[in-house]
Amino acid sequence: MATRRLSGLELAHRIDASLPGAVVDANPEWVEVDPGRVAEVGLLLRDDPQLDLRFLTCLTAVDRLDHFEVVYHMQSLRHNHLGVMKAKLWNREDPELPSVVTVWPGATLQEREAYDLMGIRFRGHPNLRRLFLWEGFPGHPLRKDWLGMPGGRMPGLEAFPGEPQWRGEGRG
Amino acid sequence: MTGEPLVVNVGPQHPSTHGVFRMKLTLDGERIVDCEMIMGYLHRSMEKLAEERSWTQNIPFTDRTDYLAAMTGNLAYCLAVEKLASIEVPPRAHFIRTIMAELQRIASHCMAIGTFVNDCGAWHTPLMYMLREREKVLDLFELACGARLTTNYMRIGGVARDLPPEFLPRLRAFVQEMPQRIREYEELLVENEIIVARARGIGVLPADKAIAYSVSGPMLRGSGVAWDIRKADPYAAYDRVEFDIPVGTHGDCYDRFLVRLAEMRQSVRILEQALDMIPPGPVQTPVPLALRPPPGEAYGRIESPRGELGFYVVSDGGPSPFRFHIRPPSLINLTPLPEMVRGLTVADAIITLGSVDIVVGEVDR
Repeated sequence: MATRRLSGLELAHRIDASLPGAVVDANPEWVEVDPGRVAEVGLLLRDDPQLDLRFLTCLTAVDRLDHFEVVYHMQSLRHNHLGVMKAKLWNREDPELPSVVTVWPGATLQEREAYDLMGIRFRGHPNLRRLFLWEGFPGHPLRKDWLGMPGGRMPGLEAFPGEPQWRGEGRG
Repeated sequence: MTGEPLVVNVGPQHPSTHGVFRMKLTLDGERIVDCEMIMGYLHRSMEKLAEERSWTQNIPFTDRTDYLAAMTGNLAYCLAVEKLASIEVPPRAHFIRTIMAELQRIASHCMAIGTFVNDCGAWHTPLMYMLREREKVLDLFELACGARLTTNYMRIGGVARDLPPEFLPRLRAFVQEMPQRIREYEELLVENEIIVARARGIGVLPADKAIAYSVSGPMLRGSGVAWDIRKADPYAAYDRVEFDIPVGTHGDCYDRFLVRLAEMRQSVRILEQALDMIPPGPVQTPVPLALRPPPGEAYGRIESPRGELGFYVVSDGGPSPFRFHIRPPSLINLTPLPEMVRGLTVADAIITLGSVDIVVGEVDR
């Protein structure tokens, strides 16, 4: 039997019952929660016996250009299901949200990595320092605007050779 | 009596750290009171580089994260992209993937056990035996894809090319020989006084802590949690083969070592079944080289030799990944290390690190 993917709607329903107002949005794939309340919601998801999301599989951040997204993949070993929670941070200058280290100690190094490479500050993290880069490194390299290209372009492929949008040899 | 704390740097250039990884140990007398992990010496910013390259071009990066288990890195990434782009894989490719992943597990565990007993003080002889078997696995890889270490063999939608005709007979010979070799390791090591004296009761990680710290792989199973992605969330052909999940009881270094040894036996069992079941047919679904997966995201994961290896990929419909995140078992398995070594001596901290089995290429990426 394969791991059951918990519907975001189901998670939203459960969170709403105990923490009204914490859910911002939900769809079948994930539930989006208020970034200020991720630790509370995490505690609920971990300790609800029906959900039992005690194993934080993967914590990461995505730069969506106009906002940051922190993505939590949580697994229940007992019920064998996987839930996805997201928090969106709209303040690009100083993205901050509470740390979930007290809920899942497994987040310790993953939050430090997200801070180092994406510049998300996790409030309450016991040791929020850079993980891979050295102190004083300029900026957070996984942000899309970290490497400016001529003409305001972002790094990345625009098109494949031969496609109409393709512009010449190099990638600009 | 307490004296002034003494700081000892283990690494970054030290054979026991299995790469360039640094443990900054604070000692009170002989006992460790604090351990700080310093990493990043091998950081190559793969996640950023991957945003610059097409989906197919990223496959070689996945060899170089965990360079002792390139096949499983390839497999996890390809599974994530296949999930994202809804690509079906032909049955023969599923079996080839399973065979390669299990061979890789044997090779990786050979290395893990060999270096672990090396750390314990069984100086190099067992390691050389293990390397002998690992060499045979690498020969098989060379036969299938021309490379031994950075294989780059899996493709989105299957594998790069079919197995050569002499591969399966040689694999069968290896599978017939391997149980005898594993018996030799067991006779040599399981009740070996050095290993038992050094590893039993050291670096204990209880089951509830292991889960809280998101530890996975042989380390989680060594703590007595029967959790294996191959069973819990089957991929490739794992739902069609039978095997057991070996677990430990105490969660110490010795249990982790035993679990790895037992897993090699299970891998041989899987290989035997896969050899009999592998169907003929195509090995790759045609996938355009200029692949543009629809906008969306996917999380693909497998049980790599070190634990849960996941790829979280986000597409914006463009030619390259919008976000490419690796969930590295090596890094996350290090999370409880400071707690595990507290109160131990430096020599025990070194075997505890050895029993975690990190690959620094995957820790730092």
